[in-house]
Amino acid sequence: MHDVIRRTIAPGVTATCVNTDKFKTGCMSVNLITGLDRKTAAMSALLPRVLRRGGARHPDMRAVADALDELYGARIEPIVRKKGELQCIGFYADFADDDFLPKGENVLEKTAALLGELLLMPRTRGGLLLHDYVESERVNLINDIRAGINDKRVYASDRLLENMCSGEAFGTNRLGGESAARGITARALTRHYQELISGSKIEIFYCGAAAPERVAEALTEALSTLPRQECFTAAETDVRLSPPAPGPRRFTEALDVLQGKLALGFRLGECMKEPDYPALTVFNAVFGGGVTSKLFLNVRERLSLCYYAGSAVEKHKGIMTVSSGVDFGSFEDALSEIYAQLAAVAAGDISDWELLSAKRAVITSVKSAMDRPGGLEELYFDHAVASIKFAPDELAALADEVTRDKVASIASGVRADSEYFLTGVSI
Amino acid sequence: MKLKSYEKIREQIYSDRLPNGMPVFVVPKRGYNKSYAFFATDYGSVDRRFKYGGKWLDTPEGVAHFLEHKMFDTEDGNALTSLSANGASPNAFTSSDITAYHFESTEKFEENLEILLSFVSIPWFTPESVQKEQGIIAQEIRMTEDSPDHAVYYGLMKALFRHNPIRDSIAGTVDSIAGITSDTLYDCHRVFYNPSNMALCVTGDVDPERIVSIAARTLPRESGERPRRDYGPDEDKAPAGGGTTSSMEVSRPIFLLGAKADGATSGRDFLRRNLTGSLALGLLAGNSSPLYMRLYEEGLIDSDFSAAFETSAGVAYSMAGGGSREPEAVFAEFKKEADALGADGPDAELFSRVKKAYTGGLLRALNSFDSICYNCVSGYFRGYDAFESADVLESVTADDVREFIRVNLAPDNMAMSTITPKQEAAN
Repeated sequence: MHDVIRRTIAPGVTATCVNTDKFKTGCMSVNLITGLDRKTAAMSALLPRVLRRGGARHPDMRAVADALDELYGARIEPIVRKKGELQCIGFYADFADDDFLPKGENVLEKTAALLGELLLMPRTRGGLLLHDYVESERVNLINDIRAGINDKRVYASDRLLENMCSGEAFGTNRLGGESAARGITARALTRHYQELISGSKIEIFYCGAAAPERVAEALTEALSTLPRQECFTAAETDVRLSPPAPGPRRFTEALDVLQGKLALGFRLGECMKEPDYPALTVFNAVFGGGVTSKLFLNVRERLSLCYYAGSAVEKHKGIMTVSSGVDFGSFEDALSEIYAQLAAVAAGDISDWELLSAKRAVITSVKSAMDRPGGLEELYFDHAVASIKFAPDELAALADEVTRDKVASIASGVRADSEYFLTGVSI
Repeated sequence: MKLKSYEKIREQIYSDRLPNGMPVFVVPKRGYNKSYAFFATDYGSVDRRFKYGGKWLDTPEGVAHFLEHKMFDTEDGNALTSLSANGASPNAFTSSDITAYHFESTEKFEENLEILLSFVSIPWFTPESVQKEQGIIAQEIRMTEDSPDHAVYYGLMKALFRHNPIRDSIAGTVDSIAGITSDTLYDCHRVFYNPSNMALCVTGDVDPERIVSIAARTLPRESGERPRRDYGPDEDKAPAGGGTTSSMEVSRPIFLLGAKADGATSGRDFLRRNLTGSLALGLLAGNSSPLYMRLYEEGLIDSDFSAAFETSAGVAYSMAGGGSREPEAVFAEFKKEADALGADGPDAELFSRVKKAYTGGLLRALNSFDSICYNCVSGYFRGYDAFESADVLESVTADDVREFIRVNLAPDNMAMSTITPKQEAAN
């Protein structure tokens, strides 16, 4: 198993250190947490990409790449996550454990130092982030935002949420919008950087074999110049329990594609007043989470309507989405089957086998996530953001105790909010 | 039972051969929650023509993949759902040269292993169940046909190869799978799913002796015949055509360029050639190569650009690609760089740095049970020991890399596949 130490290392800066020697590599992430906002989302997403281009001691991509190669192929990558209505940006690093390298390499300290340099000592000219880096990465960001259309399954989910939550911060894409990205200047980005670095909540995560004292020392050293204010306004997610309209709103879009995509958005409703995360996870597994779920067994296996049909719960915001790829002519059949299956869960029509399988799936997925450095990072990060107090193995134990009534009562509060169809173009 | 230890990477493999001739590998991992089993046959989408009952038999495109889907059916139900209900997380995949069935579980591992070994060995198909699956797989095919990554890859395969079945999509086409019957599936199972053509690898906190005895009592006693297959005559390195272009709903051009490499080798030579090829592509176009830096800074590529060396049954090829506003310009620069590196070889310092980085990548892969088992089994099928990668890598020289590039990346032998945006195509 592993030991976990969580402590505040500077005002608003919390470090979680998971100590385990079962992996051959360690990982470290530094996350600046800010409210997801249509106006600033693209700037926030752009920031780590610009910082990654070079710092005071490693001024360009060449120098950064060489340093990482010297650190036995360590990686430091920009990371942008959306958790409810929070946008979390920063870097994710992973690197070989010292145990497998020649003595005295200190890859942990050197990687942490490089990460700290990129984060805190960016290349500037006249006090502003380097214009060339901002311009070049702004173009790359716009390309990435536009590339959202390339994967139609992801595109359908993104378009659903943009439409369904158009009046909420949650409707903003993780990378922000194209028009906001177009307007970013080096001056605006520099100001945004200074605000975030001194005023946002920061979550740091380490997982690996190094002793906590050594990790703390490496982090303190690497982040010694971090400027911090004394107080912080923590951003929060606005959870809406019900849809704005009585019946589901429908959005349709046509592209020149061969397969239709169906994306449905639901509000989780009453259960979000006092969210019971283990029960929510089991509910999702019963309804559409995996190969024993009602959606898989009915929409795919019984009716042969699709290759995939599944649901996902966004527990921070209290939204559930369902997605499937079907023939254009099968939209209505798939749709009515999905609603019928949700109604069945709400009516408590859940067999012992279905409930048991769902719990097994949840437990296996939580426990096996703890067997990957990235899985542990995600679990603890998610918990930190949602202020979930129990550890992952407690989550697994609690999932095992969820009752059929509890699952049914969650389902009965769920309300369809929006339907999104991606159809083909008629010739 | 044999035990082999690998000092550098601190791993051990237990191996044994069952009375029926099939090998079993066990890689012990302590301190993990999950264990993982990987049961594979040396049979992929390219194995369409083979000897059966003294005659050569031709089977439809997509049959190996179709068989993979149908194997989960058992006389009493479905193995996918029984494994899931038993706390396992099962899945399967078909590649061009391997079909593999695998699961991870945090409980009841041995029971689940028995289910896995048994359902893969005992086929159970009916005309009705085959017909039902045609609907599901048709949707899977439609989904991949809308994927630009899929299209650009097969565009390149068709541009490079004249007749080798690597040109054709793994899942086949909606038309080709319509010709598959339960008899086709039984024939393919009889030829390829026998112990002479399969291997099992287990990773986790397990008892190797018990794994071997479970396999010995669950699997067929007869070894079966090693299948004979035909991919047609060997191809020379000249591409089949100059290139392919098609238009899809994408945001900007997507390209993949490549060249055929020397075909089949086996054993340690195969491993050494793979590692040499990967290093060569890394030095030529990886993200610390001079070419990558130059193209990135000119805005011709961004971080989604990648380069790789791939092998499959009887074929090998290099490829590189991503998104770009000007694929032709990237192609021209890539050719120029390959020409120069093939003549002069890589910079000595860069070579040793990239090699050092590669060792970190090998360590990272050893965190993943999937990649441990996949590498172990595919190494066995090709006659090499994947855990010797770190040692073999050390023996690769800058001269080997230069020679690889000179022989396998001659500019005249390269071709490119491009996907252009619909809107642009209309103009």
